[in-house]
Amino acid sequence: MSKRILGLSIALAMAATPVAAEKVKVGFITTLSGGAGIIGKPMKNAFELGLEHIGGRLGGLDTEIIYGDDKRKPDVAKQLANKMVKKDRVDFVAGIIWSNLLLAIHGPVTRSKTFLISSNAGPSAVAGKKCSEDFFNVAFQNDMMPEGMGKYMTSKGIDNVYVMAPNYQAGKDMIKGFKRMFKGKIAGEVYTKLGQKDYQAEISALRAAKPSATYIFLPGGMGINFVKQYAQAGLSKQIPLYSVYSVDALTLPAMKEAAVGTYGVQHWSPDLNNTVNRRFVDGYKKKYGKTPAFYAAQAYDTVMFLDHAIRKAGGVSDRAKLRAAMRAGDFPTVRGTFKFNNNHFPIQNIYLREAVHEGGEYFTRTKGVILSAHGDAYAKDCGMKW
Amino acid sequence: MTKRQIWLSLITLVLFAIVPPLTIIFDQPFYMDMMARIMIFAMAAVSLDLILGYGGMVSFGHAAYMGVGAYAVGILSYYGIDNGFLQFPLAMAASAIIGLAFGAMSLRTTGVYFIMITLAFAQMLYFFAISLEEFGGDDGMSSMRSEFAGLIDLNDSLQFYYLVFICLGVVLYLLHRLVQSRFGMVIRAARSNDKRMQAVGFSTYRYKLAGFTIAATICGLAGALFANLNEFVSPDVMHWTHSGEIMIMVIMGGIGTLIGPVLGASAFLLLEEYLPEWMDMVMKDAGEHWAIIMGPVLIAIVLFGRGGIHALFTSKAKAKGGNHD
Amino acid sequence: MDPLLLLEQTFNGFQFGIMLFLIAAGLTLVFGIMDMVNLAHGSLVMVGAYLATTFIEWTGSFIGGLALAIPATFAIGVLVEIVALRTLYRRNHLDQVLATFGLILFFNEIVRIVWGPISLYSGLPDYLSGQVEFIPGAPYPVYRLIIIAVGLAVAAGIYLIVAKTRLGMLIRAGASNNEMVGALGINIKSLFTFVFALGAVFAGLAGMMLGPLTSVEPGMGEPWLIQAFVVIIIGGIGSIRGAFIAAILIGMVDTLGRVLLPEFLRVFVAEAAADTAGPALASMLIYILMAAILVVRPQGLFPARNG
Repeated sequence: MSKRILGLSIALAMAATPVAAEKVKVGFITTLSGGAGIIGKPMKNAFELGLEHIGGRLGGLDTEIIYGDDKRKPDVAKQLANKMVKKDRVDFVAGIIWSNLLLAIHGPVTRSKTFLISSNAGPSAVAGKKCSEDFFNVAFQNDMMPEGMGKYMTSKGIDNVYVMAPNYQAGKDMIKGFKRMFKGKIAGEVYTKLGQKDYQAEISALRAAKPSATYIFLPGGMGINFVKQYAQAGLSKQIPLYSVYSVDALTLPAMKEAAVGTYGVQHWSPDLNNTVNRRFVDGYKKKYGKTPAFYAAQAYDTVMFLDHAIRKAGGVSDRAKLRAAMRAGDFPTVRGTFKFNNNHFPIQNIYLREAVHEGGEYFTRTKGVILSAHGDAYAKDCGMKW
Repeated sequence: MTKRQIWLSLITLVLFAIVPPLTIIFDQPFYMDMMARIMIFAMAAVSLDLILGYGGMVSFGHAAYMGVGAYAVGILSYYGIDNGFLQFPLAMAASAIIGLAFGAMSLRTTGVYFIMITLAFAQMLYFFAISLEEFGGDDGMSSMRSEFAGLIDLNDSLQFYYLVFICLGVVLYLLHRLVQSRFGMVIRAARSNDKRMQAVGFSTYRYKLAGFTIAATICGLAGALFANLNEFVSPDVMHWTHSGEIMIMVIMGGIGTLIGPVLGASAFLLLEEYLPEWMDMVMKDAGEHWAIIMGPVLIAIVLFGRGGIHALFTSKAKAKGGNHD
Repeated sequence: MDPLLLLEQTFNGFQFGIMLFLIAAGLTLVFGIMDMVNLAHGSLVMVGAYLATTFIEWTGSFIGGLALAIPATFAIGVLVEIVALRTLYRRNHLDQVLATFGLILFFNEIVRIVWGPISLYSGLPDYLSGQVEFIPGAPYPVYRLIIIAVGLAVAAGIYLIVAKTRLGMLIRAGASNNEMVGALGINIKSLFTFVFALGAVFAGLAGMMLGPLTSVEPGMGEPWLIQAFVVIIIGGIGSIRGAFIAAILIGMVDTLGRVLLPEFLRVFVAEAAADTAGPALASMLIYILMAAILVVRPQGLFPARNG
């Protein structure tokens, strides 16, 4: 009789103590301090919201998230990634807003056999020849938006465009991508100084060139300055303004009326009508009091992506299985539909958006799909096949 | 040097020397990379102290030379030349030449004009680097670790650490000899009273220029090591705020000393790393606002930190007068 | 290039120069008279812009907002001088550079905490939003003309104060030999506080005028700061006249450089190369200019101080 009780007790004890539960660790790196904190903070918020929505456990496993602030410096990002990989032994390094920071950590992280997930940065350098089986981008490839804009403007028969961007790598890419799909004439191509505040001289030259439309890439404060000055020069009504990454939830509040009527492109919009997106946008507004921008949406999707893949693969220990699960790309996304290209970059829709003033609020409204299931131009240079 | 100063220098060096074995024992290899980074900045700070502390030349564009060294390595790597024996000397030569050129023009001015013109030159290099589309422009470009065939493998954190350590040690030793030499005496005297030295017959301009060039060269070496640490080069390293940070390291550590900047670099970078964490412990997400503590800390150091950390330990010879000009 | 466009761009350069002068004026005043390098001058520009934006929103009036922001900026100038900067006058320039560098960090963070990190909206009332067409075919924003007027008024004002009033005389005397002036019974400490606060007002005023044109965000002052330093270095420290001339010069060089260089380079190299090399060279232009001037005249164009 005591033997039976002993046996029963042991069996009960074993059932009660879980076997050393598998854990998943994720390092999430964005810019939390300094000027660019307005982008990184919402990403962190959205990431935390996503975790809340899935019950705090990625793929059902015990989850630990380590947040890092890269202060927008490549060598700090490198150090953070290094720490997460070597000291914290994370399974995934995720986040990264800036292309140059991604380029700094891409090599070291992928070489260490840790998965790297970009929640925003999508430079062409890692989309083509340097694609890696351990790198996934759940956001977009930088050229996609300008390509979308180029296609749209061509389809509208706009034939004489003045293009402007700051004189750095991203700026040049935005114009290159635009010209790839735009078949009309370029009335002028101007590269401005990074961080330039005053555009009066460029506006004068623009007016003299008499284009039928203006296309700009001027992110952050640069865009705010330009759009305001463009309006003050009386050009908003005369020469329609088209932009990428310049008029969004972060900059629109500072531009207000000056931006109304301008067009932009995006792969996502707060008003996209699917269950995941509605849950995200409503949840974000409720918790943080603001409409999220696309950066946040991508961070939220990162959680969904990881959760779904880990669940599908049954854990993080079998990396090949995990990779296959990630490649499937069928996770619940705020974009509605999603697929991965052979270079692990998204294939997704590109939408046209217009800045409007309605109901006392300034926001961007989706006007329609420009490119559906669009893949990037560099996938063909990537040697991966699966 | 006083006995205390010698002890301080030795203890510091020994502490740095035993970091790798400690990290291996505690299975925390990451900290080797962190301390290597500190040593690299320490080298840059020491080189700045040569002209700032000993020579009284407030160069606000010193980070630019780190950039030159880094880009030299990066560009050579881009063209497939990974041989460290070629890269490092070329990096130092490039920094020397540019330092000589900029120094020659800047040293014709004095005081705040000198500060501004050195800043201007650094800005020029910064914008120039951004425009180099071939080498990544603003994004920068990745570079492979330099190869020292048959000697050491820089991909190994341990070997890389000791390479940096040895470089720093050699730099400290050479500068120690330099400042004790006649050359050192001349630039120190020129800092005190330039006209008097000229009256005595020294061409202070030449001595200062030589010092400036030497400082640029050493900083270029730091840059080459930096490129190796990050496996990446970008214009960011030349930004004027980095020059300011290196200056802060010198002041924090002890201006006019050699081990001082090493201490200052350690203190500054460790503070930068851990301050946000400490702030987060006090209040959630407070760490993002680290600048609001860092700012006043800097001001306090400048106003009250006579002689820096160095003086804290060797304080018999307090307020060495290194702050007057 | 079309001559009318060239004329318009020259005028743009002039206007940009006036904007630079507005920012540099306060800086050269403090530097020239109190021998203090104040890197936080850009922060004062920022503070002025933020205060004005907030007050304009509260009062609903552009003029009202400015009327409140100016004394508020003065008060902040006084506060900063007494609390943080007073001890720096005696220190060497290096200490001043580093301490005020620390101030920049502090101010940017404070602004971020109080107003939030996102750019504020600052707009213009309708009566200031129009254009005027005095160069045919080129409507020019009215507001920019107002900035020019304000800039010229400030220039005249500073000149009058420093050269023609008793206060100005005291300031100049204090700069030469403050101990003597103190011995004569003038409160030098209060005088310097006043001058600094005045410099802060000019900086803040520049920020207030620039707010509607540009983005009001943390760190907005720093790009202007460097350019302002270039202006006063070229002009000669302590010289208002020098600052004015240098500001116009730089405004022209920068503007015309930006628009003419790419075209000019296209004569020599392929269009694609010219289009990217042009802006790069243009952004280096003012530094090249400064270096060139300093090599020839190490004290700037119109040095007011000796040494």
